[in-house]
Amino acid sequence: MSGDERTLASPSRAGLSGNGQRHPWRAPGLLFPLAFVLLLAVAMCAPEWFTVLAPDTVDTDAILLPPGAGHWFGTDELGRDLFSRVIYGTSQSLTIGIGATTIACLGGISLGTAASLAPSLLRQLLVRLIDILLAFPELLLALLVIAVLGRGPVNTLLAVGLSNIAGYARLVRSQVLQVKLSGYVEHAVALGEHPWTIVIGHIVPNTIRPLMILATIGVGTSVLAASALSFLGLGVVPPAPEWGALLADGRNFLEIAPWLSLLPATVVAVSVISITLLGRRLQVLLAKGDTP
Amino acid sequence: MHGSVRNLVRWGLRHLGVILAVLWGAATIAFVALKLIPGDPVSILTGGENIVDEAERAVLIQQYGLDQPLAVQYAHYLGNALIGNFGRSYQYRQPVIDVILEAAVPTLQLASSAILLALCVAVANALATAGRRRVLRTVLSGFELALLSSPVYWIGIVLLALFSFQLHWFPVTGNDGVAALVLPVIALSLPLAALLGQVLRDGLEEALSQPFALTVRARGVSETALRIRHGLRHAALAVSTLTGTLLAGILSGSILTETVFGRSGIGQITLQAIKTRDMPLVLGLVMMSALVFAVINLLVDAVYLVIDPRLRRTTA
Repeated sequence: MSGDERTLASPSRAGLSGNGQRHPWRAPGLLFPLAFVLLLAVAMCAPEWFTVLAPDTVDTDAILLPPGAGHWFGTDELGRDLFSRVIYGTSQSLTIGIGATTIACLGGISLGTAASLAPSLLRQLLVRLIDILLAFPELLLALLVIAVLGRGPVNTLLAVGLSNIAGYARLVRSQVLQVKLSGYVEHAVALGEHPWTIVIGHIVPNTIRPLMILATIGVGTSVLAASALSFLGLGVVPPAPEWGALLADGRNFLEIAPWLSLLPATVVAVSVISITLLGRRLQVLLAKGDTP
Repeated sequence: MHGSVRNLVRWGLRHLGVILAVLWGAATIAFVALKLIPGDPVSILTGGENIVDEAERAVLIQQYGLDQPLAVQYAHYLGNALIGNFGRSYQYRQPVIDVILEAAVPTLQLASSAILLALCVAVANALATAGRRRVLRTVLSGFELALLSSPVYWIGIVLLALFSFQLHWFPVTGNDGVAALVLPVIALSLPLAALLGQVLRDGLEEALSQPFALTVRARGVSETALRIRHGLRHAALAVSTLTGTLLAGILSGSILTETVFGRSGIGQITLQAIKTRDMPLVLGLVMMSALVFAVINLLVDAVYLVIDPRLRRTTA
């Protein structure tokens, strides 16, 4: 991508510096992730386009079949077609991923904005709250939420979303603190605009951009977190074809039918990698906009 | 001399304050979470289904002061939590602190071996590829990204399917012996090594582009010696911002790895505690995780004072 790396002042940003490179959307590493994410989107909205087999049809004549022509991913211990189950699981896994990210973003924006603009005492309390929340691994926070609310798809979504709020709040706070000092905010204050108008009309929109990158990658990590919860038996409850639940199920047959857990897990991994790559590309693109 | 001792004391006190604040916050969050659960508090504390006789019920009400105002309950709970008394686990019928300490041993073995392996791999990787060997560097960076984005349990399952079920090199589950430790340690350390490797390489490249690197090269010191003796020290500082992420990775990674490989440890008791709603144990685990985080952060800060003399000047 870049020239001789040793000649660059700051090689860590080598991928971001932009003279004489091809257009970022035409980079070779982008086509595959983009195509895969599009496929996922289609599978989410119209799973029946990909497979004629229903995800929950039990077929006792076709138990634990290896991947082959009739069943691309093989079948599970009840003879259900694994490919259909993965395809139909897409919508649940991605809905949880997107929903959780939305909750985390909205919560992060509110908490982060409040923690930088609220009256002094409240502000310091909120900053401490963010610090304390950041002291816990997200998985542990999610587990705590599950312990309080119980299992199930909605609770999994809430658990993953709530456990990620602090990270977004920290980013929003650092962003708001920068934006607060900018000319247009000063201008708006001088014009006597209402504080809420300034916050919602000027400050929040200007924190969105870096948040977008984090949120794109966040959808991937949320899918990962949700599947981890289901894998641990604390997320989506088994008969539903959620990805984590699928491979938790398959784990019991690792010796005789390794594809049952390997294939769904690979789909999770490839999805997350694709989404992460897209997020990073977005970052490069936005960084380019900053330095014309 | 006198001043530096006073500074050291001040530094220690400030960090002690932070640790206490984090612990207090953790205890408070856990308390609020506990109070948010609808239903009879005694049956929540005992997991709902566990049978508790009247005597035990009375002990619980007394211990948590459930018959008293919320503020008094909170004070009670905080006081007990701060001296490490989280009550008895209902599942294990033992004091929570004993259950946690017992489970901590295998987890510590797993986590410390994984950290050690990850460090070795990451340092070797960064030393070898920072700013040179472009093909290898590109391949390894791609590999790192793949590792960071794949579920920890996926890596574990692949290793299990390959080395335990197909090749029969290692036992499938269990805690006995070094052989049972190999695969879990690799599974846990790979994502850590990938993250560390990325950051160390970036840090090393940054360091090697600075004027001091040119000075050292001009003295005729070999490239490898420059990297090991001077570059790494700077690169290590880049890792400081990641302590939290790494710790979180280790803790949640341990829970997942232990599940994949059927090992006993903190991960296993955490899951059991949540599945059976063994609230005293859940609270104890939350506090323990906060304590570990705070203490490790303190240690890391101290280590950086040793690594980087410049920090000593600014904090003093």
